[in-house]
This record gives sequence, C-alpha cells and structure tokens, in this order.
Amino acid sequence: MKLRLLLAAITFVTLAPLGARAQSSNAPSNNAVYVQNATILTITHGNIEHGSILIRDGKIAAVGTDLKAPEGAMVIDANGQYVMPGIVDCHSHIAVDGSVNEGSVAVSSMANIADVLNPDDISIYYDLSGGVTSANILHGSANPIGGQTVVIKLRWGKKPSELPFQGALPGIKFALGENPKHSNFQVPPGVEPRYPATRMGVEETIREAFREAREYKKQWDDYNRRKASGEQALIPPRKDEKLEPLVEVLEGKRYVHAHCYRADEILMLIRVANEFGFKIRTFQHVLEGYKIADEIAASGAGGSTFSDWWAYKMEAFDAIPYNAALMTERGVVVSVNSDDAEEARHLNQEAAKSMKYGGLSANDALKLVTLNPAIQLGIDNRVGSIEVGKDADLAIFNRDPLSVYAVVQKTLIDGQVYFDRQKDIAARPALEKEKQDLLAKEKKASEEKKASDKPEAKPEKKPDQKKKHPQYSDDRAAGVAGDSR
Amino acid sequence: MRRAIRLRSAAYPVVGLLLTLSLALTLWSQRAASVYAIKNAKIYTLAGPAIEKGVVVIRDGKIAAVGAGVTIPEEAQVIDGTGLEVYPGMFDPITQIGLNEVGAVGATVDTSELGDFNPELIAATAVNPASAHLPVTRASGITEVISAPGIGGFDSQSTGIIAGQASAFHLAGWTMEEMQINRSVAMVLNWPSIQTSSFDFSTFSVKEKPYADAKKEYDKSVNQLADWLTRARHYSQAKEKGSPDLFVRDLKLESLVPVVEGKLPVLVVADEARDIRNAIDFCTKQNLKMILASGAESWKVKDLLKEKKIPVILGPTERLPEQEDTAYDQPMTQPSELNAAGIPFAFSSFGTSFSRRLPQYAGTAVGYGLSHEEALKAVMLNAAQIFGLADQLGTIEPGKLANLMVTTGDPLEIQTEVRYLFIKGRLTSTDNRHRDLYEQYRKRPAPAR
Repeated sequence: MKLRLLLAAITFVTLAPLGARAQSSNAPSNNAVYVQNATILTITHGNIEHGSILIRDGKIAAVGTDLKAPEGAMVIDANGQYVMPGIVDCHSHIAVDGSVNEGSVAVSSMANIADVLNPDDISIYYDLSGGVTSANILHGSANPIGGQTVVIKLRWGKKPSELPFQGALPGIKFALGENPKHSNFQVPPGVEPRYPATRMGVEETIREAFREAREYKKQWDDYNRRKASGEQALIPPRKDEKLEPLVEVLEGKRYVHAHCYRADEILMLIRVANEFGFKIRTFQHVLEGYKIADEIAASGAGGSTFSDWWAYKMEAFDAIPYNAALMTERGVVVSVNSDDAEEARHLNQEAAKSMKYGGLSANDALKLVTLNPAIQLGIDNRVGSIEVGKDADLAIFNRDPLSVYAVVQKTLIDGQVYFDRQKDIAARPALEKEKQDLLAKEKKASEEKKASDKPEAKPEKKPDQKKKHPQYSDDRAAGVAGDSR
Repeated sequence: MRRAIRLRSAAYPVVGLLLTLSLALTLWSQRAASVYAIKNAKIYTLAGPAIEKGVVVIRDGKIAAVGAGVTIPEEAQVIDGTGLEVYPGMFDPITQIGLNEVGAVGATVDTSELGDFNPELIAATAVNPASAHLPVTRASGITEVISAPGIGGFDSQSTGIIAGQASAFHLAGWTMEEMQINRSVAMVLNWPSIQTSSFDFSTFSVKEKPYADAKKEYDKSVNQLADWLTRARHYSQAKEKGSPDLFVRDLKLESLVPVVEGKLPVLVVADEARDIRNAIDFCTKQNLKMILASGAESWKVKDLLKEKKIPVILGPTERLPEQEDTAYDQPMTQPSELNAAGIPFAFSSFGTSFSRRLPQYAGTAVGYGLSHEEALKAVMLNAAQIFGLADQLGTIEPGKLANLMVTTGDPLEIQTEVRYLFIKGRLTSTDNRHRDLYEQYRKRPAPAR
C-alpha cells in the first residue's frame, strides 16, 4: 500500500509538471506561441494548408498562411501535421474523487461533482493524450434527478480550483430508464429497494421534484417581493439544498443533461419539461434518438451519443451506429462522447464512424467532438473551433485525425502545452530509473527493518501494485453488474 | 453462360445494396456448388505480394484460383472489383458471440457456468445461430470467430478456473453444424491471480484483503488445478491399461485428456506479469500447450514468451495501462514490441458487441509502430495459425475456404466499407439489424404538429 502510494506520488511528481516544465523551459518572453506549417482544421472556416496559428495570452490571435512568428515566440513546428480544435467530451467521469453516484435517494440534486474534483487523476493525462481539452464531468445515473455537474478544462497538475471552465454554466444530471429504476442492480440482502422501479415512477419522481421546486421558488419570490416593498420583520423561507439547483433549472441558470435510451422516455421528459417550463440542454446517450429525431430537434435539446456501443443492456438493443448521423440529418445538434476515460482517448476515431455509418462529411464528423459539444455546453464562444479570439485549445495530430492511424503529438490548453508525446517518451528512461531507485530504497529499508525487528514480528505486508482503473464506464458496468453511474 | 454482376460505383449504395441483397438472398439458398469470380480487384492474399487487377475464382466453397492471369470459368458469376480490394476475412479469436445477446439480461447470456472446473462444457453447444450479433459483426468483414466460455470482456465477467472449451465457427449458417469450424480449439483457463483488492459490485466498493490471504487462495486454486490434471492423467492410464470392467467413465476427466496429452491447447487468461510468469511455469511443468490470452503485461515477459514459444491473443489495444506508472501508450505499442521480439500474436475483441472494432484495434497499433502488413496478418492469418486452422483459413490461396471480403479500401481504416462478403464460398449478405433500423427510421415522415 505504502509503495503504491509512493508510486502514485512519483507519477504525479514527475509526470504532472511535464507540461508545466515544457512551459517554463520554453517560456516565450512575450506570451506568444506560434504553431506553423500545419494543416489547420478550423471547423468553421474550412481547412487551411500550410497554415499558422498565432497565440497570445492563451487566445488565438491570428490564423492564416501569411503570418510570421513574432520575436521571442515559442514556435511549434507542425510541418506535415494536423491541428484541430481541442476535443470536447460532453460526457465524462474523469477527475472525480471516489464514486460518481450518490445513489441512496431518488433525487440527489444536493450532491455536487464540483466538490470532489481531483486534479491528480491520471485519467486527465490519459485523455489529454487523446487530444481532449474540455470535458463535462457528470454525476452518475443512479437517480431520476442526480447530482450537479461541472465543465472542466483538462489542466493536468493544476489546483482543483483551476480545473473548472470559467464562465460555463453548471449542469445537473437527470437519468431515465434502467439505471434509475435499478433494473440491472441487485440490492444486497436486507436492504430495502429504492423507489422508483418503473419508468412511470421515474416520471413521477421528476414531476414531484419540480412541483416542490416551483412551490419553493414561489415562497422565495413572495418573500423577495415583500421584502423589496419594504415589509419589516419577515422570516425568509428555509434554504433547501435539494431544490435550489432545480430552481436554477427553472430559471435557465443550470443545464439539464439527461441520461436516456428509449424513445418513449425521451418524449416523456420533453413533456415534463414543457409542463414545468424548463429546457433539456442535452439528451445523453440517447441511443434511440434516431427514432424521434424530429421531436428532439423541435425541443431544442442536443443529443450526445456513443459511436457504436450496443446490446450491453436491454435499452441499448436498438442502438445503431447511424444514430449520430441520422439525428444530425434531422437537425439535432449532435456530439459523440466517451463516458469512459479510455474511450475519450480516441474520440477522433469514434467521430469518423459517422462518415461510414450515415455519410457525414469529414467536417461534420469532426464537429461531433468539437464545435457541437461546445454548443451543447454553452461554451462555443470560447472553444470548439479555431477562430481568432477563441481559447487556444488545440490538438495536434501527426496525420488526418479521422484516420485510425492518427496519433496526438501535442495538446494545448489556453496556449500551454499540457501533453507532448515526444517529451513524454524522452522522460521515460529517467522515470524508470527513479522508480527503480525508489524500489531499491524501499527494499533496503524493509530489509533493515526486518533485521532489526524481533523474530516474531509480523512479516512486511507485500505491496499491492495493482491499480484498478475505472475501465468500465457507468453504462458498460451497468451491463455487467448493475452499476448505475 | 457467364452472368456478370456489375455495379457502377455511382449507382452505389442504393442499386448496389439492392443487388447485393437480392443476390445474397437468391444465392444463399442455393447449394454451395456456385462458382464466383472477382475480377479487376487488388488482391491481398497475405501469402505473397498484393496482386494488381487480379482474379479470384471461388468454387464449391473454396478458393479455386487466384492471380493476375487466371481464366474466369464460363459458369462463374462475376463481380467486377474495379477500384476495390480483396482480403481474407477477419478472424476474432476470443469473443462471446452467440453466447451473449444482451449483456445485462441474464436470460440471453450463456457465457458463465457455475463452478470453477467445467472442462466438459463446449461453447458451440450454446451458440445461437440466429443472434443479431452475427450479421452485425460480419458486416464489418469478420468472417469467423472463436467463442469462449468464462472469459470476461466488455460486457461480461470472467468466471471459473477451467471454464470450458472454446469453439471456432463461421459467422453465417442456418445451424451450428453448418457454421462450425472446430468445436473444440482450446480449453479456457482463467489463471487464478493473486488479488489483494477486488471490486465488490454488491456494495459497489473496493474490498481489500491481506496478501497472505490472497496468496493462500491462489495456492489452493493452483493446487486444485494441478490435481485435476493429475486425475486426468490417471484416468487416461486407467482407460488405456486398466480393466474395462472396472472403468467408470468421467466426462470431466475425459475432456481434460487431450489437454494433458498436449493435443488441445490451454487458453490461459492472464494480464499481470507475475500471473503470466506463474502460468508459464505451471504449463511448462505440466507439459501443456499454452496460448496466452489478454496479456496486458506481455511486454514485461517477452523473453520468456519467446523462449517457450507461447503465442498471445491480445486484448483490445484501446485499453488503459495496467498501472499508473506504465507509459500511457503501452497498450498501443505492445503489438509492435511483441512483433519485434518474434512472438506470434493476434488481435481480439474479447467481446460481443465490440467484435466489429477488431480492425480499429489493429489500426491503432499501426499508428503506434506496428507495420501495416503485420497488422493485417494479426487480424486475418495469425489467429488461424495459433489455433491450428491455417490449412483452411487466413490467406487467399487455392484450396483454402473462401472466407474473404471485397472492400472499398484499407480494411483497418474506420471509413472503409465491405462491399461483398464471402463465407465458405457463399456470397453472404451484409444486411443487419442496425442497417434495417436505420433504413426503417430514416423513412419516418416528419410528425404532425
């Protein structure tokens, strides 16, 4: 255990500052970074061959073919390489300390993922290596109304307070279908099953919560009105942490990201939202979205789906890899998400599948993991395309990112290099040496301890080096054994 | 009379699709006596250099001829492959296809039997030929698979120590009898790993236990395993040399006899270097023919794998490193490392719904250093060699089964489409549940407002 912690610490100490070190060693004197000689996939203004991008103070200052590197700028030569906007993952659970599910209650809106962000989660680095720069960090799907969510930038190695995407609206997770009704979840013996257990109950839970939220809002509105009119000795309503986020939803200050599968439950939520006067920002997974794409488009909601996952549970049996393309064809703003630290490493590949399944153009395919998720998260004024004035969040590939052979070379956030493949490779021998030295030191210390200990002393507990990564996402695991993230 | 099947590329996909479908429907029902010729295509035989503008002749389920100057028989139905490429079909050597329809619905899952030692179980027994996964998977160019009991993957958990026998079969046919290639290609052995922490799904938390306890459990399992093999040897001797009157048949031990005789390989599932070493040591002492499966840390055990000539069926390249201080790209670079070390390996999905990602896993490895040629072999030929089926499958050579695909280009690239698919020499439909649903809902009129 001790060793494992030690190793984790090494990883952090030596890997984490890699980007930072790259920065400080190459720190430009005038805060300028210049990416040159690249094929630039702007997303909004076509592709530029042999183009350059000038970055100043973390923002894109100029894009074109006739630029010149300013004096003192840090130059990144991307000759023969492709630069695309940093990938935006609209459904992620990385950088979360511990479980993403507060599953004890059917409405867990008082829980907030932003409170448990862990900037040392190695998954952040893994996903940077796939070109991801922003991610929507969601609560799990154990409840019809789940916890609050937060959009982050993958600023690996920075403080927890520096992860959130400043200016992005917060969100809340809703969930419909098998996970909130615990279909694939075996309640341990002696534990009372939790309501709801049907899709009817899921709808009722959401309606009841919003009935309460409206009453609560009315109390506060009344109080504020009376206070404003000068009434004295008023007692304010009691603050309700569960209902506050729902009031924000009613006021349009918080986005709803609703986990869903079947067409009927999606239509249900559209009806409920209309009844109570709020909007669904995105339908997440939305694997049967293609069946009711017109209705989703009319509701104004976006659809954030998987590329080709299917059949891992009953409600995923009608999932088709044409979903993203068909919804796009019918006017829905669509993104392809990962829901999984590993899947996020190749969202470029996952986007390419919509060219094969449904015939999207190359640019529309790239939009699925850049501009469209940025629109869905309300951050498209900042990221999602390569345009002057936007944040310099970029992914540099050695070839066309829609090819299975493309490999990320560098990932930049706010103009800073957070992932550099060549630097990562170059650092490996030193890392390995450091690890072996530490292991030797640990071994020596433990031998010395053994020698000095009394003979009947307990033997040293063997280290457990195994680190189980959250390979399975909520929905994969749901198929396995009833996880319901 | 020579019937020409000509598709103008501009008319594709509508006309092409209809033609393909009608052809497939018409021809599927015919006896395998049909003769086909694919002409003007670039042919990657995997048995020599690619053939530009070549011809493949298929007769009675097998490849009859292949080459640039091959004469097309009069009776052949001809596919013009201008601008297209021909490859052997892909082979996914560890799946749960046919055993697992909907992962979370137990009634549709037959991957995992109760008990730790079930050598008598055979996957082929429970493979459902009508599974929706077969047409979906073959539409991506995968023509044959092995389904293995008890091996976990994307949507199932590993269960049992000796979990049963894996079966190889074609992804088309009316019955398993028609589909099967070999009902028993390997005995699945989930190597008992020393695990001090495990994830407990009932409480949804990580459970830790002392190393000594984990080691004790491990030793017990390995002893049990050794005991089963010893009993199988005794059983074999008793059958051969003992009195027939006293001999009592034992189905479990009977199934283990080919294993202890070294005739049936053991497919040993292990990931951590320590487990792999232990498994190799065990199999060496027991004289078992070992194939390593999954092998996340094979890169740490290259010398031993090479020395003992143990091939590896690799799990998906698209997975995370086993440990935090392992290089971030280790799962992607491992195939090229194994190849450089001269260790035979094949890619595999270890899944059901993800079997169609097989070419993606191979393509990703190419991005990280594996040669394209080796990657093709690792999804088409190597598994056939590792499981002793290369006399029938894996290359486009006369005499082999005609499992092949005609594609729009590089089969490892995500956007490439399979235009024609041959399984056992039959032109096989690439239609499937997903395309059906797509076509059906694409036609849905806008709802009334």
